[in-house]
Amino acid sequence: MSARDAIFRSIRNSLGVSGHEAPRIKAVADRLSEHPSGVLPRRGQLPAKERVALFMSMVEAAAGSVAPVDAIADVPAAVGAFLRQHDLPLAVRCGADAVLAAAPWAHEAALQVTTGPSDGRQLAAVSRAFAGVAETGTVVLTSGADNPTTLNFLPDNHIVVIEAKHIAGDYETVFARLRRTYGAGRLPRAVNLITGPSRSADIEQTLILGAHGPRRLHVIVVGKPGSRAGTRRPAAPR
Amino acid sequence: MTGAAPSPQFKRRAQAALADAELQRALRIVEVNFIARRSEAVERLPEFEALRDAARDIKNHTLTHLDLYLEEYERRVTEQGGQVHYAVTAEDARQIILDICRRLRANIATKGKTMVGEEIGLNEFLANFAVTPVETDLGEYIVQLRHEQPSHIIAPAVHLTKAQIAADFRRAHRHLPPERDLAEPEALLSEARAVLREKFLAADIGITGANFLVAETGTAIIVTNEGNGDLTQTLPKAHIVLASIEKLVPTLEDAAQLLRVLARSATGQEMAVYTTLATGPRRADDPDGPAEYHVVILDNGRSAMLGSPLRDMLRCIRCGACLNHCPVYHAVGGHAYGSVYPGPMGAVLTPSLIGIDKAAELPNASTFCGRCEDVCPVRIPLPRLMRFWREREFEQHLSPAGVRAGLRTWAFFAKRPRLYGLATGIAAPVLALIGRWRGRFRWLPLAGGWTRHRDFPSPQGATFQARWKRR
Repeated sequence: MSARDAIFRSIRNSLGVSGHEAPRIKAVADRLSEHPSGVLPRRGQLPAKERVALFMSMVEAAAGSVAPVDAIADVPAAVGAFLRQHDLPLAVRCGADAVLAAAPWAHEAALQVTTGPSDGRQLAAVSRAFAGVAETGTVVLTSGADNPTTLNFLPDNHIVVIEAKHIAGDYETVFARLRRTYGAGRLPRAVNLITGPSRSADIEQTLILGAHGPRRLHVIVVGKPGSRAGTRRPAAPR
Repeated sequence: MTGAAPSPQFKRRAQAALADAELQRALRIVEVNFIARRSEAVERLPEFEALRDAARDIKNHTLTHLDLYLEEYERRVTEQGGQVHYAVTAEDARQIILDICRRLRANIATKGKTMVGEEIGLNEFLANFAVTPVETDLGEYIVQLRHEQPSHIIAPAVHLTKAQIAADFRRAHRHLPPERDLAEPEALLSEARAVLREKFLAADIGITGANFLVAETGTAIIVTNEGNGDLTQTLPKAHIVLASIEKLVPTLEDAAQLLRVLARSATGQEMAVYTTLATGPRRADDPDGPAEYHVVILDNGRSAMLGSPLRDMLRCIRCGACLNHCPVYHAVGGHAYGSVYPGPMGAVLTPSLIGIDKAAELPNASTFCGRCEDVCPVRIPLPRLMRFWREREFEQHLSPAGVRAGLRTWAFFAKRPRLYGLATGIAAPVLALIGRWRGRFRWLPLAGGWTRHRDFPSPQGATFQARWKRR
């Protein structure tokens, strides 16, 4: 008997079932297709404007920093401002994300933008979040050529661009959007829910930022909540 | 029943722990920090108690349908190009992992924190076969350098002071200048970060545990604060997930309910920094991620627990809240338990994994104060399950002779209420009289084990039964 068979047989023995009981099969199929939500904290159930405000304050509570801007066109300047504020070289790496690519990077003439995954030698990366969760100030990033996963972890400084319209109250709203985007039962290789910069408290319970991942997490929130500013066409480069 | 029946092993370790001044200093931090942080996080979330109920119900539902969810999970992993391996025993799991390492000619395997990895003794095994395991969680890295086991399931090095860790780093990192300053935790962390960054980039295989396996999508979820688990699973050629059967949950929504109680119960955070959903290997257009994705599903006695009163224990999500709130853990730390899983959860789980005959001391290392059950996010009745093991121990005549004699004496009186009332009616006032000056005893005949480390309160006069009658 294979190990697989042995384990299934032992589970079924313990439960006193055969695995063919129709009501059990139905209960499982129903739960998988209906995926009930359970208890949703009231904290995140807010109108758009308050929801975005909660998101920003929760990012800061998790030791991240936040910069609200009006449009994608303002992202390069916000990236430059963050790098200058921390005396970092004016260089970032990002993926092939079309929204980020369409930003007028030429407006930040001194800023060097390279594309591709990180090999550990970059000091700063820019990613575009799939979504945000106001309840805990969490950004949700999905893997792929648009936003390579290594950018989330290897560079010391991680700058995440998120459109205000993609900030949800709770994780469940984001899961629903993932299903619409990738199909039911499917996910991209990695979905990273990130709440603040990397940290450790393993030495005498002293909290220190920058354990193995980024020391800084900077979130640029694009657009006024509830408006369509997040998708406004970038200003034409001169 | 003062200090009922700990075997010489636990007793000896506990006594050594109580006499270890550095350990006692380190442990005080557990008691103060973890408890306060959890209670603040709970206060900030009015729905916390309702979420605990939901978490318990999700785990119960999953356990009663475990065979079906496991099938669905396997189907989804396979569909995404991953491979599921089944291991009945710890030995099976070790061998499966070694086979993958050999096929890929792996020299270095980085590891995210995995308690199941500790349970199966993976590091020692791999090292014997020329695969170097590198723990990457800071606390796990520190205890690996010391050739120790973690002393806490979420804070492996909580038993150590920064001075001890600095000494270990000087011993292990000989390529660095000996005069460097390692006085502060920041310096220690930077050094570990730099050393481990090299390992991350050099690793052939990354091994992580899983906090949850999601049947709906074939996903393994890991929860970390450092980001080490992510570098472990993203950079090497292959990612191996090592998880036991009870990690399964049905859907992403179910995982979200459990995540809401996990970090709050563990560290008092609203959410851990990195919650990562990993599903299968690198996709066709992915510029990064592992080319191979393996899941090793371990049973190691759990499917048998499913059919016993210990089923409740399989709800455990390894948050560590029961350790953090346990007065015995506060006093002696994790190593005194002598098992991979310390504290109340370990006192229940360890006898299930290795047999009550080898672990009878553990369910006795409890005062039954009940705080563990009060804070358990999935409402496991830990004291009841420890009592279950004590009963098995007594039935199987594993308890020491002194304890059995003591219990028999007590039972003799307890079954004869009038005699019991008479005996205690004499003893209580006599003790009260002798102890009235201090209100406590520093020493009592036959109770030296108790009075060596704490005073025995003197009775207030009449017995409980006598006072009850007067009401």
